[in-house]
Amino acid sequence: MTALATSSSSSPLHFWGYFMDHRSTDLSWLWSHTWLSVVPVVIGLLVALPLGWLARRYRFVYPPLISLTGLIYTIPSIALFVLIPPLFGLKSLDPKQVPIALTLYSIALLVRVVADGLASVSEDTVQAATAIGFKPLGRFFRVELPIAVPVITAGLRVALVANVSIVAVSGTIGMSNLGQLFTLGFQNSTTGPYYPPIVLGIVLCVLLALVLDRIVIILNTLLTPWRKAVRS
Amino acid sequence: MIRFESVSKRYPDGTVAVDELDFVAPSGQITVLVGPSGCGKTTSLRMINRMIEPTAGRILIDDQDVTKVDAAQLRRGIGYVIQHAGLFPHRTIIDNVASVPYLLGTDKKQARARAMELIERVGLDPRFAKRYPSQLSGGQQQRVGVARALAADPPVMLMDEPFSAVDPVVRDQLQDEFLRLQSDLGKTIVFVTHDIDEAIKLGDQVAVLRVGGHLAQLATPAELLSRPVDEFVAGFVGRDRGYRALTFATVGELAVHDEQTVTMGAPVPSRADLDNWILVVDAANVPQGWLNLAELRPDHTTVTAEMLYRGGTLATQGGSLREALDACLSSPSGRGVVVDSDGTLLGSITAAEVLGLIEKRRPGAAAVTGSGSERR
Repeated sequence: MTALATSSSSSPLHFWGYFMDHRSTDLSWLWSHTWLSVVPVVIGLLVALPLGWLARRYRFVYPPLISLTGLIYTIPSIALFVLIPPLFGLKSLDPKQVPIALTLYSIALLVRVVADGLASVSEDTVQAATAIGFKPLGRFFRVELPIAVPVITAGLRVALVANVSIVAVSGTIGMSNLGQLFTLGFQNSTTGPYYPPIVLGIVLCVLLALVLDRIVIILNTLLTPWRKAVRS
Repeated sequence: MIRFESVSKRYPDGTVAVDELDFVAPSGQITVLVGPSGCGKTTSLRMINRMIEPTAGRILIDDQDVTKVDAAQLRRGIGYVIQHAGLFPHRTIIDNVASVPYLLGTDKKQARARAMELIERVGLDPRFAKRYPSQLSGGQQQRVGVARALAADPPVMLMDEPFSAVDPVVRDQLQDEFLRLQSDLGKTIVFVTHDIDEAIKLGDQVAVLRVGGHLAQLATPAELLSRPVDEFVAGFVGRDRGYRALTFATVGELAVHDEQTVTMGAPVPSRADLDNWILVVDAANVPQGWLNLAELRPDHTTVTAEMLYRGGTLATQGGSLREALDACLSSPSGRGVVVDSDGTLLGSITAAEVLGLIEKRRPGAAAVTGSGSERR
């Protein structure tokens, strides 16, 4: 990289020049950052759906499940990254440890969201669905889940944005993603603070979070045309 | 026909919701289950489509034990309407109505055509078809609920307080339309309500249940009002049951007197024939209200709308004695206005005359002029 010569300015505003100088690395970090943020949420949702259903169907499951998932969420991310390899039989610094940790966080967050989303379906609607002859599985996929979508997507938005920031933390243990920009910034702050990579990291993380958030909002709008319908 | 054979529901904690219930809901008729809360009426209803399973006894629909049929299959063959309609908020009205045909695997186009037919049949504007439930009023949603229950043309309908959550005016309207619909369709209906007036209005037969799920009396509405079996039923059917029983009493023809009238917009007459009250009609001879000559101001020269007393109800020729008596009692002149089925004026009748008719139809009284027939 011929970077340092042209990006010698350490002004925070110089992040754009820094980006142009390290485009291919930064973009590949952005790309992996995106995947690391999205895939665990998708897997987390797939796991959370049956768990949330269970918590709704058998009410006694709800309190312990919510306590347990809440507990997982309180484990600091850095600690979880370190704990994953021995628990899952991986080498330390295995590329799978970050997605596994993020999936756990996503499940923890989304189980409650799914259970609460299903609880938001009115009892009358559920009763009516049963009474007109829906079987439990059909009722779940064709009545309860579609009606729970707004609550679930609200939770997805939180999970995605949280993941974007947790992924950045994993950069500090050497995973290649936008978190690397912060490490670089600190490492280069030898004589004085070197801002450009740090500001660039923040800008790209915020942009990524905004874009992902917007995608979920659009998905939600597409899936719930009935919510736009206002009383006329 | 739905037959309850010693049906009981006892919960694990020992509570008895329904106790040895025996009755038959005949085909093509409305059987109303009525009683105070905790009498097991909803539990009884929900045992028919196995939303709740009985702990003892059997329920037969056309001699088929319901517990021997797959629950989902059974329910698809039974229309079900509940208090708040329970519509699917994420489906358009037409898809809500077509829910059961979809479940039965009916072709989508055919199911929608049928749904459209029903939407109009229950008195909804076809433009509502593409709207969502949240865009409809409570009364409109309830109509959709009825249409949804009818979509697969089930022979049996279960209705759990379907009209309780709407305002009294809309409720009355929904009840009337429901009766009209039923006279076309002839479904076997079990209807649950806590409102004895609704039970009496809608039921071909009424089952009064008491707390603990005992059947207190099963009878036609007229019988229930005239011969309650015990204190509980008497108390439940209410204090003015004598008056309400007149709902089921008709006389062939009311003998009416000619009534002096003035047309809306015409000059105010200087004097009235009988007293100060003159009946005002419109150009088509439809009664509009009463005019009190004693209360006129000098500037009142022609008959206008704001001068009228509109409190009086109208009795329809051929209607019930209750209507006739109410028309007299509510009329400011004391003369009840009688109209024909088109609403045009026939004449008037006094409370004393109506009471005379009521006296005559007592058991043991002299033969009644006209036929003192019961409406049901």
